Amino acid sequence: MTTSLVTTTPGRDTYDVVVIGAGPAGLAATAMAAGAGLSTLLVDENAGPGGQVWRAIASTPVKAPEQLGADYWAGADLVAEVQASGAEIVHRATVWSLDRQLEIGVSVGGMSSFIKARRVILATGALERPFPIPGWTLPGVMTAGAAQTMLKSSGLVPDGRTVIAGQGPLLWLLAAQILRLGGRIDRILDTTERRNYLAALPHVLDFVTSPYFAKGLAMMREVKARVPVTTGVSELAAAGEGQLASVSYVAGGRRETIPVDLLLLHQGVVPNVNLAMAAGIEHRWDDRQLCWSPLLDADGNTSVAGIAIAGDGAGIGGATVAVARGRIAARAAIEALAPAATAKLAAENVLRTALAQAERGRSFLDVLFRPAPQFRIPSGDTIVCRCEEVSAKDILDAVAIGATGPNQLKAYRRTGMGPCQGRLCGLTVTQLMAQARGKSPQDIGYYRLRAPVKPITLAELAAMPQTEADVKAVVRG
Amino acid sequence: MFKRIDQDNRPRVQILVDGAALEARQGDTVSSALLASGRDVRRATAVSGAPRLPYCMMGVCFDCLVTIDGVGNRQGCLVPVADGMQIEIQKGKREIGR
Repeated sequence: MTTSLVTTTPGRDTYDVVVIGAGPAGLAATAMAAGAGLSTLLVDENAGPGGQVWRAIASTPVKAPEQLGADYWAGADLVAEVQASGAEIVHRATVWSLDRQLEIGVSVGGMSSFIKARRVILATGALERPFPIPGWTLPGVMTAGAAQTMLKSSGLVPDGRTVIAGQGPLLWLLAAQILRLGGRIDRILDTTERRNYLAALPHVLDFVTSPYFAKGLAMMREVKARVPVTTGVSELAAAGEGQLASVSYVAGGRRETIPVDLLLLHQGVVPNVNLAMAAGIEHRWDDRQLCWSPLLDADGNTSVAGIAIAGDGAGIGGATVAVARGRIAARAAIEALAPAATAKLAAENVLRTALAQAERGRSFLDVLFRPAPQFRIPSGDTIVCRCEEVSAKDILDAVAIGATGPNQLKAYRRTGMGPCQGRLCGLTVTQLMAQARGKSPQDIGYYRLRAPVKPITLAELAAMPQTEADVKAVVRG
Repeated sequence: MFKRIDQDNRPRVQILVDGAALEARQGDTVSSALLASGRDVRRATAVSGAPRLPYCMMGVCFDCLVTIDGVGNRQGCLVPVADGMQIEIQKGKREIGR
């Protein structure tokens, strides 16, 4: 091991509160819990605070505030609040295990240890919904979020022939940011289904009175003034020999193929469920957001005592909702562990009002940007499981000879058993098998996830400190 | 595919990619530095040997797997560059013992 692996490690082995994830929800929860005097540890996989939405907020080379936008810089206050809160913060820490005893397995700099918590707040956020089109594994095809991460953290913008395809608020924000920073976009392919506009109408009043409305319109206008946008895209495929060369699409019944170097895909985000599910937290299929969401009470408490979920991991709501949920979860933890300290906190109803306000407009976005079936449920040779390189046809063949659900399918095709542990194929597999078997996604279920939820080496596991009880459990005589 | 914005004035960091020097910037992840270089940095998958580049850049997809300072299967999108860091583009499976 070299010095590049070394970073700080948690200073103690037990904390009142451990917050996992330093995005909006995790930062808000940490600031409140530590500020109330609870011993609080914040662990995060990235090199700095911010999660994805405020990625690299403490280190971005993009200095002109208007280029990333006010919503990005809004995170700075919360980061400062956390830094002054007395919390312990460990970055580049990968949590690979969490169990019902609230014991957390965490890897830092190639060394693992277990930490105990009296309360855990999971703020592991979201990941981009899989977008399994033909050719999506080709070099040159990336997620829109990937391009945004590179833009924020390294000041990198698309340079060659670039197409952005998909739908949702992030797509327009990314396009605006790329253009402001002098990057190139040749075309936007909008996959929003026309019928969704009608379906979203009942939610429109809620939306136009929300902050999303004016911001969203302004951003779309800014982008459309400079980039051709093709709407009503109903088919999409990437092609090339070992490298992306072209994108073909169908819009309004016409097929077009355009040469391209970079294709950025996006059709919304979904909760990152791996750690929560591995901890045994009950989830259900959310038919509006087309993903798995945890069952939570009003404070964000899960089906496992002592573990709460805040932020997009609780169901997609965006950054402002995440902050509000983080505070509510932290307040509940303080109430349970140090009730006297709640006197100085914002009242519960104030926090709930803030959450309700932040949630306004979300239902409109959910309905308008509900991804079309053909972009969620692929067919033929299109790869579903990127790690094990399993196609839609492979999965349907397995169903035809008796595979009943995602867990049986592992034995047939190894889907979900590669390093990403189903993060990029799980939703597709559930929906594909549900459709093939004429069942609901809830009935078909999801992969049974287990620790370690991120790959670690056996050597790292073997090198973990052992208690006398650990040794006794395996030594004979 | 990507270019650096002019206003980026972060300090330079030198890394080695398959033995060849590459200038990155402090705060780049390994994957960002590789993609910014414009070189052919495609890895080959363990299953079929198909060429891949990073897909998600946020620690989820594992298409950025790379050998860093002799340790295989590291997620390049999560590891910041450091001066003198040695990167090897991973072709196929992680080798035993590294």
